[in-house]
Amino acid sequence: MITVENLHKAFGDNRVLNGVDMSIGKGESMVIIGGSGTGKSVLLKCILGLITPDSGTITVNGKDATKGDRDTFLAQFGMLFQGGALFDSLSVWQNVAFRLQRGPLKLSKTDARDVAIEKLRRVGLKSDVADRYPAELSGGMQKRVGLARAIAAEPQIIFFDEPTTGLDPIMSGVINDLIREIVVEIGATAMTITHDMSSVRAIADQVAMLHDGSVQWTGPIDQLEHSNNPYLDQFLNGRAEGPIEAVR
Amino acid sequence: MILVSWINGFLGAIGAATLGMFASIGRVVIFTLSSISHIFRPPFYPKEFAQQLLHIGYFSLPVVGLTAVFTGAALALQIYAGGARFNAEAVVPQIVAVGMVRELGPVLVGLMIAARVTSSIAAEIATMKVTEQLDALTTLSTNPMKYLTVPRVLAALCVVPILVGIGDIIGIMGGYFVATGRLGFNAAAYLQNTADFLEAMDIISSLVKGAAFGVIAALMGCYYGMQSDRGAQGVGKATKTSVVAASVLILAANYTLTELFFSA
Ligand SMILES: Nc1ncnc2c1ncn2[C@@H]1O[C@H](COP(=O)(O)OP(=O)(O)OP(=O)(O)O)[C@@H](O)[C@H]1O
Ligand SMILES: [Mg+2]
Repeated sequence: MITVENLHKAFGDNRVLNGVDMSIGKGESMVIIGGSGTGKSVLLKCILGLITPDSGTITVNGKDATKGDRDTFLAQFGMLFQGGALFDSLSVWQNVAFRLQRGPLKLSKTDARDVAIEKLRRVGLKSDVADRYPAELSGGMQKRVGLARAIAAEPQIIFFDEPTTGLDPIMSGVINDLIREIVVEIGATAMTITHDMSSVRAIADQVAMLHDGSVQWTGPIDQLEHSNNPYLDQFLNGRAEGPIEAVR
Repeated sequence: MILVSWINGFLGAIGAATLGMFASIGRVVIFTLSSISHIFRPPFYPKEFAQQLLHIGYFSLPVVGLTAVFTGAALALQIYAGGARFNAEAVVPQIVAVGMVRELGPVLVGLMIAARVTSSIAAEIATMKVTEQLDALTTLSTNPMKYLTVPRVLAALCVVPILVGIGDIIGIMGGYFVATGRLGFNAAAYLQNTADFLEAMDIISSLVKGAAFGVIAALMGCYYGMQSDRGAQGVGKATKTSVVAASVLILAANYTLTELFFSA
């Protein structure tokens, strides 16, 4: 259970988040949509404490996210970064098994490697990439390694920042199914950012649309088409005309 | 009127620059204290430490050796030529030894480490910051200060004194080869003179300087890397600033340590 209340964040005079309210139930899959540069990635980073918000409250399972022990707080999370953010000094399997090689979840080297290879298989990568380095992989492969790393320690809450961007349609389908499976099987809470409407339909229980620094519409996936919200309609239909300004 | 506002602007600029300087000194001090506190609190990363020993120490040997041998050789020539002006050519072994061990060995090795190690640490960590790898480390419950800064600083602390010691020896040998090969010194007497003249304090000060310069070089690399702005320009700026800061601080620390050790 994650709740965000009246969250504000500005970088200099660029007011990115301007009163965001959002709530995600335990075991629910929330998808966040919205134009490029509206602060979707910033929102996820605020929840994780990677960016300090200017004001507002964030609670995770009833506890204030900014208080208490950081390690136990972060141990609940897995995150796929928009750019992958793989450690380029470590091989692919060591990236995936990063959490399993140190700290309370430490496994033996062979066990950690086996888990890593199993997770790589789930994102459609064969075991021969395990010993390669991130710089030797294509963009889409890096993204999938990042995804494998996010789910490796089976966290309770997983954030996916554009999991299917840069993937071919078949692989996108595989990843959408995987995210759905993780929510259903493990009962994890997921928050996914995507621009891909087929992903939205495949993954989401709830959808929130971010625009102009706040949530313009939020509701269950089956209401998406009948929202009568002008922002959402324009976004879903990809129209240049409407309340969202498109500079040309 | 124009003059007054110009002077105002000028003073304002100086004030702002001074405040900015104090602010950045403050940030560096806070960063240093925080890295020291992380050295003593688990988790520890011995594997990263061992890797850094290799990177900072072993792979710096060629550049340290080359710098030292040429410096020692040139020093012998200079002292011989300078000494000849008042018939003191015989002091070459003593002055080369003291000059290398007390000053040139530690300072040149320190500057070479700043060029080679500080720059690579800063560029690596800045790139990690720009590509969100530092954020990823944090979300994987790993503190970048413990995982990146502590192993580098500790490794530099252990290994740069050794490099300085090696540089001292190679420098003296550079002087020895020139003196015996070109200037007609007796080989055995040269070494005997060197050994007789050096005192324990000379060597201790050399190694202490090495330790201090190593810590400065590693800390500046980590600090500016983690402060980096976004983008390739940010990485470039972080790297440049780190090397400049490390070099200047090493020279300043060298003066301070020389005062401490040798001004009686
Ligand atoms: N660290 C930062 N420093 C300064 N500005 C930032 C920083 N991070 C993000 N921004 C700014 O915040 C705004 C929102 O960025 P964000 O990355 O959240 O967009 P986004 O909604 O994820 O877009 P996209 O769909 O293109 O990924 C942008 O204008 C960006 O320039
Ligand atoms: Mg984004």
